[in-house]
Amino acid sequence: MRNLAVLTLWLLASLCSPLLASEEKSLRWEDRRVFSNGTPTQRLTILSSTDAGYLAPLISEFVAQQEDFEIEYLVAGTAHIYDMVRSAPEVFDIVISSAMDLQIKLVNDGFAAPLEDINAPDWSVWRERLFGFTAEPASIVINKAALAHLPHLETRQDLISLLRAHPDLFRGKIATYDIRRSGLGYLFASQDARTSETYWRLTEVMGSLGTRLYCCSGAMIKEIVDGDILVAYNVLGSYATAQSAKHPQLEVIVPSDFAITMMRTVFVSKASAEPKAAGQFTSYMLDHFASQQGEGELELPSLLAAGNAEDRNIVPLEPSLMINLDRLKRRAFTEEWESAIIQ
Amino acid sequence: MSQTRSHKTADQVVIAGSLRNTLMISLVGIALVLATLLYIVVRSYAAQIAQSTQDRILSASVTSILDAAAIRNGQVNVELPYASFSILSTQADDRLVYAVHQDGVFLTGYDTLAFRPQQPGDMQFYNSEFDSSEIRVAVATRRLVGTNQTALISVSIGQTRESLDGVLREISQNAALLGFGFFVLMTALSLWLTTRAIAPMTALAQSVQRRGPADLRLVQSPVPAEMAPLVGSLNVFMQRLEQSLNKSEEFIAEAAHRVRTPLAIVRTHAETTLQRVDRAENRQSMRTMIRAIDESSRAAGQLLDHAMITFRADHLEKQPLDLSELVQELVRSMIPVADMKDIALSVTTPDELVFDGDAILLRNAMRNLIDNAMKYAPMETEVEIHLTADPVAFAVLDRGPGFPSEEIETLAARFARGSNSSGMIGSGLGLTIAEDVAIAHGGRLDLRNRKEGGACATLQF
Ligand SMILES: Nc1ncnc2c1ncn2[C@@H]1O[C@H](COP(=O)(O)OP(=O)(O)OP(=O)(O)O)[C@@H](O)[C@H]1O
Ligand SMILES: [Mg+2]
Repeated sequence: MRNLAVLTLWLLASLCSPLLASEEKSLRWEDRRVFSNGTPTQRLTILSSTDAGYLAPLISEFVAQQEDFEIEYLVAGTAHIYDMVRSAPEVFDIVISSAMDLQIKLVNDGFAAPLEDINAPDWSVWRERLFGFTAEPASIVINKAALAHLPHLETRQDLISLLRAHPDLFRGKIATYDIRRSGLGYLFASQDARTSETYWRLTEVMGSLGTRLYCCSGAMIKEIVDGDILVAYNVLGSYATAQSAKHPQLEVIVPSDFAITMMRTVFVSKASAEPKAAGQFTSYMLDHFASQQGEGELELPSLLAAGNAEDRNIVPLEPSLMINLDRLKRRAFTEEWESAIIQ
Repeated sequence: MSQTRSHKTADQVVIAGSLRNTLMISLVGIALVLATLLYIVVRSYAAQIAQSTQDRILSASVTSILDAAAIRNGQVNVELPYASFSILSTQADDRLVYAVHQDGVFLTGYDTLAFRPQQPGDMQFYNSEFDSSEIRVAVATRRLVGTNQTALISVSIGQTRESLDGVLREISQNAALLGFGFFVLMTALSLWLTTRAIAPMTALAQSVQRRGPADLRLVQSPVPAEMAPLVGSLNVFMQRLEQSLNKSEEFIAEAAHRVRTPLAIVRTHAETTLQRVDRAENRQSMRTMIRAIDESSRAAGQLLDHAMITFRADHLEKQPLDLSELVQELVRSMIPVADMKDIALSVTTPDELVFDGDAILLRNAMRNLIDNAMKYAPMETEVEIHLTADPVAFAVLDRGPGFPSEEIETLAARFARGSNSSGMIGSGLGLTIAEDVAIAHGGRLDLRNRKEGGACATLQF
């Protein structure tokens, strides 16, 4: 009897599936926007970790040109995106995420469709399916106003010294990613740890001062603007830069000892019902970022803006990133991180 | 006519196949087989090497993971080293799958990669499938020993073969190009080889073909061993031919002599007898007899001359000679006969006229023309003999009745005699001989009647 009820519900659900599906989806995303122009006949669903504001002009431009398209733009955290694509790949046409390792794994496991005729440098493409389109360094963001009396920060070592010198000032006012909740945070942390031992020392110092953990860069930046947080480590510099025009107290520091630069990547879902349209949008977006030069307000830094991948220490788009996602490796790393940051 | 036909038949050889083609086809066929073999061998060898390269990298990756595995604080610790995956980056961005099992129980990685029980120590490779792509998997097992536990850790790593396939495609293309190049080279070489092998035969054939009909010299130029029997036989054959030709020439001369001499003897006896016989009817039959003897003697002489001329004309050996001198000499020798008939022979020749020809034939032809003029012209007339240099021509003109005009076209045929010849001794071969000689020297015999009366026979060269 109960089975029957479930079946009826399911049938109903599948009948009015767009409605229900979006209802179900809404539970998991942070933002949803629909772009359309005229009377669209085709719908593309983009699942993205990028705040809608950054891509809104681009998408509007696209739907203005292609009146047949309606674009639904869903924003979610990187780890969420990964789970959603794995469990329901047919719901999303285009997947954009800043967590390169998760994206690589999705493509490796066959969730992406190949796109031909896309002109991009070799290092920004994996398997003709995954395309990097921005290069964004992990930065230290500070509240300039509150730290004006202190020496200027340039490296991780500077930060360690600063935190050690003024423990009372910084206690409870340091922020960084919670690598258990954020795919990007985990990517930054693992690359950081792989590059230098300094990372662990810094993490320990931060842990000793009661560092607060966040899911996303946006939240950390907001707290700094509000003055609740004085320094945030491993924040997406691009978001902070975009905000600093409005909030001059923000200062974005790209560490000069070494910077971990990630690429925002995009792929077209293999299960997409509109592969052609999805491909069209993707190449439109890639073209846009390849040609765009300036870093104005609400603009993401172009992949090709400054020099090649090696000069800027961009995390390479390679299957070796999947190592970070290994269950055991992740568990070991997270345990080590937890024991350092949570004291 | 019949001679021409037999000559043609001798030229038409029955042909069965061609040495050149057989050789060429065999060589090209062999080249094709070798080229294909080359392609297959190079390709499969390259495929093996490419596969073993991938295997080596996979096994290095597996080993690096196994080496990093350890039991720490009583717990199995398998932490994948970064290098274990980074060495697997390929040009074609191959996908990879991996799985770690502890004592056959899935530990981490892709649980779709099946566990394969195996002895610790050895590395195994096999082909499998991952998400409908073909993958190559390396798997190895290591025994970890802790203070009071042991664990068998097996690591499998699989990688798609797209990069490998790309390499293989390229190698296949190159191998195909190599095979094709080899084939073209071999074909060119076989062409050259065939031509070279056939060359002595072609050369021999050409040198034999180039020879004149009378050139029966032996083949002296060196030939390859295989051709020695053929050339030997050819030489023997030509030698025999030359001997038999020489013999028939001798035979004709001999036969002429043997027939003429007894006839002359018989004639002398018949004439002597005629002197002695008184009775009219006996005298008449003796005269008939002498006439018959004359006819026979003339016929035999002309027949043998004709045979001799046919023979010599077939194997014409031209030599430069002075025609003027030849004509003068001939006319001189005929003066006694002319005197008997009170015929005057008047000769005009250039001082010297060098001409390539066979003196015996020319003399014979000319004698027959002068002979005719003296025979058919009345007594006490003049016979003119003209030799001109440009064009070379020999004309005999008389003041007789001329050729019977309705027969003039056929008089040169064998045994053809004109209506005016009755009562004259003759065989009808004189003009035939003259025409044959003219033709053998690339000229012709021209018969006309003169406007002022009389015949004009001309040998034109
Ligand atoms: N000068 C000539 N004048 C007239 N008729 C001629 C003359 N020469 C040849 N003929 C004719 O042409 C015929 C053929 O001549 P041809 O020399 O071939 O034979 P022939 O003189 O009869 O015999 P022979 O073989 O003994 O010379 C003669 O029978 C004669 O009728
Ligand atoms: Mg005659």
